[in-house]
Amino acid sequence: MTTPILLAEHLSKRFDNGVLAVDDVSLTVHPGETVGIVGESGCGKSTTGKLILRLLETDSGYVAFEGKNIGTMSGQRLQEVRKQLQLVPQNPQTSLNPRLTITEAIAFNLRAHRWPKRDIGPRTASLLDRVGVPSAYAHRYPHELSGGQLQRVAIARALSTDPKLIVCDEAVSALDKSVQAQVLNLLVELQRDLGIAYLFISHDLGVVEHLSDRVVVMYLGRIVEESAAGELWQRPAHPYTEALFSSVPGPGRQRLVLTGDLPSPAHPPSGCGFRTRCPMAIGACAEARPEAVAIAGDISHQAACIRIGEGVTAATRIGAA
Amino acid sequence: MSIATRIHTPPDISDARLETPRPSRHRGSRPAPAPTEGTLKVEDLAVTFRSKRKAVEAVRGISFTVEAGKTLVLLGESGSGKSVSARAVMRLYSDAVTITGRATLGGVDLFDLDERAMQSLRGRDIALVPQDASGSLDPLRRVGSQIAEVLRRHEVEHGRKAARQRAADLLAQVGIPDPARAVRSYPHELSGGMRQRALIAIAIACEPKVLVADEPTTALDVTIQAQVLELFAQLQQDLGMGLLLVTHDVGVGRQMADRVAVMYAGRLVEEGPGATVLGESAHPYTAGLLRAVPTPETPRGQLQAIPGQPPAAGEAVDTGCSFAPRCVFAVDACRTERPDLVPVGTSHWAACPVVHGRVPVEVGSPPTKAEAS
Amino acid sequence: MSAIEIPTGNAAPGRGGAAAVLAGTHRVRRHVPLTVVIPGAFLAIVILAAIFAPLVAPYGPTTGSISERLMAVGSPGHLLGTDGQGRDILSRLIWGARPTLLEGILPVVVAGVIGTVLGVVASLSGRKVHTLIMRTLDVLYSFPAVLLAIALAAALGAGVVNAIVALTIVLIAPIARVAETEVARMRSSDFMEAARASGASWPRIARRQVLPIIAPVLLVYCTALVGLAIVFAGGLSFLGLGIAPPHPEWGSMLNELDQDLYNQPVLALIPAAMIFVTSVAFNVLGDGLRDLLDIHSETVS
Repeated sequence: MTTPILLAEHLSKRFDNGVLAVDDVSLTVHPGETVGIVGESGCGKSTTGKLILRLLETDSGYVAFEGKNIGTMSGQRLQEVRKQLQLVPQNPQTSLNPRLTITEAIAFNLRAHRWPKRDIGPRTASLLDRVGVPSAYAHRYPHELSGGQLQRVAIARALSTDPKLIVCDEAVSALDKSVQAQVLNLLVELQRDLGIAYLFISHDLGVVEHLSDRVVVMYLGRIVEESAAGELWQRPAHPYTEALFSSVPGPGRQRLVLTGDLPSPAHPPSGCGFRTRCPMAIGACAEARPEAVAIAGDISHQAACIRIGEGVTAATRIGAA
Repeated sequence: MSIATRIHTPPDISDARLETPRPSRHRGSRPAPAPTEGTLKVEDLAVTFRSKRKAVEAVRGISFTVEAGKTLVLLGESGSGKSVSARAVMRLYSDAVTITGRATLGGVDLFDLDERAMQSLRGRDIALVPQDASGSLDPLRRVGSQIAEVLRRHEVEHGRKAARQRAADLLAQVGIPDPARAVRSYPHELSGGMRQRALIAIAIACEPKVLVADEPTTALDVTIQAQVLELFAQLQQDLGMGLLLVTHDVGVGRQMADRVAVMYAGRLVEEGPGATVLGESAHPYTAGLLRAVPTPETPRGQLQAIPGQPPAAGEAVDTGCSFAPRCVFAVDACRTERPDLVPVGTSHWAACPVVHGRVPVEVGSPPTKAEAS
Repeated sequence: MSAIEIPTGNAAPGRGGAAAVLAGTHRVRRHVPLTVVIPGAFLAIVILAAIFAPLVAPYGPTTGSISERLMAVGSPGHLLGTDGQGRDILSRLIWGARPTLLEGILPVVVAGVIGTVLGVVASLSGRKVHTLIMRTLDVLYSFPAVLLAIALAAALGAGVVNAIVALTIVLIAPIARVAETEVARMRSSDFMEAARASGASWPRIARRQVLPIIAPVLLVYCTALVGLAIVFAGGLSFLGLGIAPPHPEWGSMLNELDQDLYNQPVLALIPAAMIFVTSVAFNVLGDGLRDLLDIHSETVS
């Protein structure tokens, strides 16, 4: 088993308004692997991404990149890490400075890491070429490019320093579906050629499943289930995961429709956060936070539900939707 | 139009930039001719936005029919003109927008009516569920009051108390828990999903013949979306409404559509039964769209992307097929002759002569978990 | 390469549903608006005349004889008349443009640099530094600008240099405020987050990300501010706090001609008009630059 390139343990983040956005989240990413984080709004997936990038400081736990705790780093050492740990944000229209040409935007990254000046120009040009942005656009401003092209520029920017891990925070969510596929293919291609690992955060189940080796499902700041991608799709163990998959719109199917709304992250339910909407909830669910349990003896597939192993799944419990 | 005046119009007008002309203050004094039944038939709809510098042809001549009790999904990406079409049919644009064509609801030509007559029809016989709930509900008024207003305006209920009671009933019908409390709540006190349901309640308050839903679930989380879509299906069954559902989500189309009309660059490229169009597409764009959406089965890196990007509203090439620049099947003729919709199956049309009615690769939806087990 | 070249020519502008363009998206408009051309031309003439005063002015700045005093506008040889000591007004106007313009433009330039730095640093720093800088500037800002300028100039003593210093000090606070506000607006935007994620140092971010965005806004603001500074400069020199007599300056000319207001009222209007028109020209130029640089303040969809 290779050593993980990223190890996050027991991360938590409570914001000033009292909301516990991330509640004891632990993650591992191996070199060249894609780990997907999926969940709905308020689940804490974006905040987790920011904690890992150290754009926010975690209240507890630590983030270790290549075995070293990045929380205690500063200055030069932190900068070295940031070279290896890059970000592709969600909205390419706003993640690029409107007053900089796309070449300048990429060059900024390189200059920040003290890339040799004479190499910056050629490298930027070759990066744009690599991600499929025609060289004619090299000195254009963001408002002159389409969403898909801009996101490619954002990817080029993230790639510029030869990172080992890229956090994609809803990187394709703002794109049209036909363009989304192009960008997804590009990400896969780059991973194949350069061995980059991805932490892919998205609310879109189909995209996450397609792209990821492992998937982590979050709800109200906690991880409710994690496993290998295919396994999760075929044998979801947590009732929320089942509901999530079942909710994806499609032709008439057995639908597990949840009742009620997402609870506000400011006032999460006691015990298991999902119990207010869970078709399998029992009294004991309110008492304590459920521990992660291995599914069918497979340690790589875990779900946090006290009713695992009773042979009851949400689908069988609820019957026809 | 002053804020005060705007608040008195039914809350289905959400786009402040393209406000309708000043609404009349007469309340139903001269009601519009009532549609006899609920079929919405749109013919040769074209919508052009005029500004100082240029004219943008957002919709270039489309025709479709929403049958009573059935759902037509208008599917397309950004710039396709789908939202514009829906709003144009409801005459939600000002005089700066040129709309041509015909739109008849149960025999009544909607484009023939004067604004006053259209207003009494809007909300009563044809209603809109807009995309963005936060922009469409008046933040300063309680939810119940906003529903009651629609009821009283169209004279469904006359007394305040009766209207409020009916409002509570409507909120219950759309699945809001504790409707008595919701009636007294302000929009910001409800969650996103609840607000969307409130908007639906307003829309169905007068039991319209046709419901126009403009991307009603795009801004919602997927589990809430599932609830709302189920609600639409239920209401349609209970009220026998026709539903015109505008969306960019193929999955929503597959789930909800009796028929699907696919739009690209302001025109229809394919129209037919939902399962057929979104299963065995007859147009390269539709087929491309289906293959571009990742499913857990698709091998990684092999999403069949459509090259290029969809044209912005009104910016498509005018000669030949608008999709030709991105189409793998395009031949020279595609760039010079604009293809018309031709029949390719039983009540199934596609605007692509090249493919002869069948795109070679069949696109099926992946087996669902329930089907697989 | 997974993208296929699409031969449709120019790229479509940003798409994706309603493309929200960040506040401050700029592009230079094709045609230069009149509000830039007209004041620009006028100011160019004034500035050039000031620079080439020895060549342009019909007389020296202090030449004149009492016998020719207070001649009216349009008198032979003296287009704009003569002042109380017989000196040609037009020439003194041209020579006087030098100190006046210097006292108008230079303080804005210097205060512009200092104020921008202070505003940017305050906005990007932690709470303590921010409070320190902004509250200190508030003290300066709380004084009425004119009074502060007069007080400082009087304390420093008369003279062009002192006037420039006084005006510079007065202008630092407003410029810093504008800079701070602009930076605060963009501080939480996505590209700033991306810049932080790239590991760039704050000075680098300030220089390369922040400055390109706030520069046009500050340029517009400072151009208009020059208009104000010219009036202040005129005021200071009117009170005798500018260049020492007999050297001309528009404000002091106004003072001198003012004394003969009952004899030749029109003459006094001339330097006043000059101050006024020049100031307005800078203001209008500022507006024009705002249009030219297409600066929006709202999110556009």
